This record gives sequence, C-alpha cells and structure tokens, in this order.
Amino acid sequence: MAVATKRRSRMSLAKRRAVTGYLFITPWIIGLLAFTMIPIIAVFVLSFTRFGVFDSPVWVGLDNYRRIFAEDRLFRLSLGNTAYYVFVSVPLHVSLGFLLAVLLNSKVFGVTFFRALFYVPSIVPQVAGVLLFVWLFQPQIGLLNYLLRLVGIPGPNWLGRPEWAKPAIIIMSLWGVGGGMIIYLAGLQSIPEHLYEAAEIDGANAWRRFWAVTVPMMTPTIFFNLVMGLINSFQVFTTAYVATGGGPVNSTLFYMLYLYRRSFQDFRMGYASSLAWILFIIVLALTAVVFRSSSSWVYYESGGEG
Amino acid sequence: MASTDRTLRGTRGRTAGSGPWLRRVSVRRVITTVMTYLLLVVVAAAFSLPLVWMLSTSVKSLQQQMVWPPVWIPDPIAWQNYPDAFNFLPLARYTFNTLLVTGLSILGVWVSCPMVAYAFARIRFPGRDLLFLVLVATIMLPSAVRMLPTYLMFYYMGWLNTYLPLVVPAFFGSPFYIFLLRQYFRTIPEDLADAARVDGSTELGIFVRIFLPLSKPALAVITIFTFQSNWNDFFGPLIYLNKDELRTLALGLYYFRAYQDTTNWGQMMAAASTMTVPVLVLFALFQRHFIQGVALTGIKG
Repeated sequence: MAVATKRRSRMSLAKRRAVTGYLFITPWIIGLLAFTMIPIIAVFVLSFTRFGVFDSPVWVGLDNYRRIFAEDRLFRLSLGNTAYYVFVSVPLHVSLGFLLAVLLNSKVFGVTFFRALFYVPSIVPQVAGVLLFVWLFQPQIGLLNYLLRLVGIPGPNWLGRPEWAKPAIIIMSLWGVGGGMIIYLAGLQSIPEHLYEAAEIDGANAWRRFWAVTVPMMTPTIFFNLVMGLINSFQVFTTAYVATGGGPVNSTLFYMLYLYRRSFQDFRMGYASSLAWILFIIVLALTAVVFRSSSSWVYYESGGEG
Repeated sequence: MASTDRTLRGTRGRTAGSGPWLRRVSVRRVITTVMTYLLLVVVAAAFSLPLVWMLSTSVKSLQQQMVWPPVWIPDPIAWQNYPDAFNFLPLARYTFNTLLVTGLSILGVWVSCPMVAYAFARIRFPGRDLLFLVLVATIMLPSAVRMLPTYLMFYYMGWLNTYLPLVVPAFFGSPFYIFLLRQYFRTIPEDLADAARVDGSTELGIFVRIFLPLSKPALAVITIFTFQSNWNDFFGPLIYLNKDELRTLALGLYYFRAYQDTTNWGQMMAAASTMTVPVLVLFALFQRHFIQGVALTGIKG
C-alpha cells in the first residue's frame, strides 16, 4: 500500500516535471511555428502563385519554376556568380583560417596579442568594413593599389571591372577570416598533449605530427566551419549590396541580391518565393552531400559523451 | 622483461647522441621562432592596416585624402570630420535607434533563451530529444527561405516601419543561443539541483536560484553575440524600415554613401569609425567572453 502510494506520487512528479518542461519551451515552440514552420510552408505554397502583395495571390502552378529554369537569364547568372563566390571563398576561409590558427597556436612570446589582432577585423560591423574596403579598393587613390605600385604591380580597378569585382568581394570577406580561425584555435587547444608526446616518441617529425595528429583531431572543427561557411556564403548579400549594388554589369549579382530585387523592388512575391525555395533545395542538397561525405573523413573520438 | 630492455635501449640510444642532437634542435628552434614571428608580423600588418587606415582617413580633410603618396598621420588632424558627419546625417539619432533595438533584443534573449535551454538540459519530458534535433536543424536553416513570408506577416500586421519585426522574434528564443546555453547548463552538476529538489524546490526555483547565477559566463556570451548581431544587422533594417528617422547605424552608413555628391572619404570613415569603435572597446573589455563564446559552441558535443 505504501509502495503503491509512493509509486503514484513519483509518477505524478514525473508528469509534473514534464508539464514544467513543456511550459519552459513554449516561447521557442511558438517562435518555431510562427517564424520558421509556417513561413517554410507559406513560401512553398506561394511559389506556385503570382502574387504582388497589394492584390491577392493567383495560382499559376509550376509556371514560376518553368520560367525560372527556361527563360530567366538573371537567375542563371546570379546562381553562377554565387557558385563562383562559394567555391572560391569557402575553401579559402576553411584553409586560411586553419593555417592561421596553427600559426597562432605556437607557443611564442606575445602570441595572445597577435590572436586579438587577427580576430578583431571579424568583429568590425559589416557595413563599416565594406565601406572601408570600397575606399581601399579605389583605383587611383586607394591604399591597396598604392601598395601594389610600390612593388611594381599595376592594380586593377577592383570594383569597377566585371572580372575583378568578385575577387575583390572575396578579399573583403577574407579580412574576416579571424571568426573561423578562433573556432579552430579552440579546437587546437583541446587536442590532448599526450598525443603529440606519443607521436614524438614514435619518432614522428613536426610535419608528420601535423598530418597524423593535428589534422585528424581537427576534422570535426573543419567540418563545422565548412558546413556553416557553405550555408552562409550561399546567402552572401550585404558586402555586394553595399559595395557594388550587384554591378558592374551584374558581375556581383549574387543569388540573394537577385532574390531581394524580385521581392522588395519588383514586389513579385510569388516568383521570389520560387527563387527562395530553389535556394533552399540547393543549400539543403549541398549540406547533405557534405554530411554524407563526413563519415569518410571526419574523425570523432570514441567514448566521448555526446 | 623484454619490454623493459627495449625501453632501456631506446633511452640509451638517445642519450648517446644527445650532444649534437640537442644543438641541432636549438638551432632549428631559433629558426622556427624567427620564421613564426616573421609570418605573424606580416599577417598582422595585412589584418590591421585596413583598420588603421579607417581611423587615419577619418581625420583627413578632403585635400589630404588626395595626397600622393598617402600619409598615415595627417597634418593638421581634421577632427572636424566627426561633427560634420553627425551633421550630414543624424548619426546621433541612428545610434540611439540602434541601441534601442539592441537593448530590447538583449532583453528578449534573456527572457526566453535560458528558460528554454534549461528545459532541454535538465527537465525530462516526452519528445525532448526529437524537439532538440529540430532546434539544432533550425540553426542551419538558411534564413532566405523564411524571409518572404515573415516579411508578409509583419506587413499584414502593420509592423513595417516599427522596430517590432527586429525585436519581437528575440522574445521567442534564438536556436543558436538556446543551444549554447543548453551545452553550458549540462556542465553544472546535477547534484545541486537534486539537493534543492529534496528541499522541495520547484523547477522554476532551481532554474532561477541555482542555474542562472552559475551561468553568468554563458549569459555574458549570448549578450555579446546579441549585441553584435543587432548592432551590425543590415538586412533586417533594410527591408523593415523605410523612414529616415527610424534608421539604424548600419542602414544610415549605407545611405551616407548614397547621399554624398562628391565622396568625402574622411567623413564617411568618421561615420564608419563611430560605428566600429564601440565594438572594439567592448572587445577590449570583454575579450575573454568573446573567445569563451567560441569554446562554448562545443562543436564536439
């Protein structure tokens, strides 16, 4: 009898705790529905309509998609520009961030000062940073071309030439490589020292230790930075919007810029919804590929609690 | 026995050659250190020159900006650029607006995120793990996909040209911050909570009286992150705010360039510095928390 009572009270205790749990997460659940779930469904439905905000949506079936793939030159152009940006800047960010972190992980005097110095550009507000680079990239009086001239290289009209505008924007983004670098640094510092000692006893030189200990132990961090880099760089917007507005001759018209024009300048919300959904599928597919590949190159220490 | 023998031999082998071996190592170490410093200085220059140039240009008159070759310290120093920039556009007003949006967002994050994170970290309820998986998935969701319907929703609610679209979502929790806090809460010993439970404390009591006070470092981190993301946000203000007097600094800075007839880089860099310096000061004060935040992401977790 006493046992039964005890069990029942324990049951109700568990139930009470569960109710508390649901109550605690309620704000997030509401946010999830209002700002994520319903919007994703809405954007999918809207992508089959013609919708100009001021009048009600008209169902057009797959017509938006047909026109995007068959007729829309700017869609292809902006997708190409974005692919260029992603496939050049992400590998550069991932590798340079990693190499800088390794450099900053060396135990030399004053290294914390350098860490701060390398990290700071990544926290400079984006618009301020972009305007600064527009100034640095000035063809005649800009600092960069002045420095290039000192070493005998005639600098190009960075943001004024279609072939140079994308590299210029990538250079801009690389100034903020410290953000990823600091994540690598945290990873490097969590590699147990005894692994290096063991490798050294086995006669591994520095080069070998780097490839046999550092790189494998860092693959989870590389994976993290790679995935986040892919997702974020596919949505590159502010740098190009502020620096070039998409020009010259649409050479920096990235996907998000095009999406922005269609939705907030032309107010073609149905068409823009189709564009948004296509972007979503592309990013999702790429992320899935990277996740799939991870089992063959990302090394997770066993026994670690998840 | 055999293994001891091998160890001994190994040690002896090394000791025997220790003279030249040691010398070689020390020479090599000196070279490595010199190379490291060389690399550090070169990269440091590349990283910091743009920022120095921003500050330097911000005190250059229109003539000094055109001087060739460029000078780093202008003579005379044109402090006038700062008041001129504040007259050209109401930067003081924009700063106030930005602080308002940032402050309210921080409040929203404080109210919502720790509570949700606590439930995910410490309260058992059916479906918790699945919901947590959903939460982590939404961190990786490209924001582009929900941008249009969210905009339309705020549009129909009559929230355009108010700060509500920028602030209200913060009160419903940000998945990334919830994730960070949850990772941190999980490092706090469960015994503390159990002891309080035995004393008849409710979950709310445990959360408020035990977990929140112990989580100051994590709360500092999400506060800094929220400050940064709101202070820097460009896209949100761009689509939601169309009135001059409502603009935030990021948006104002953009129009600074658009409104100038002849580009006065000195004034523009003065405005850019005005937006940048507070972030740098904050970093100098709370460096530890900036860096800690990264460690908190607990990539391995």
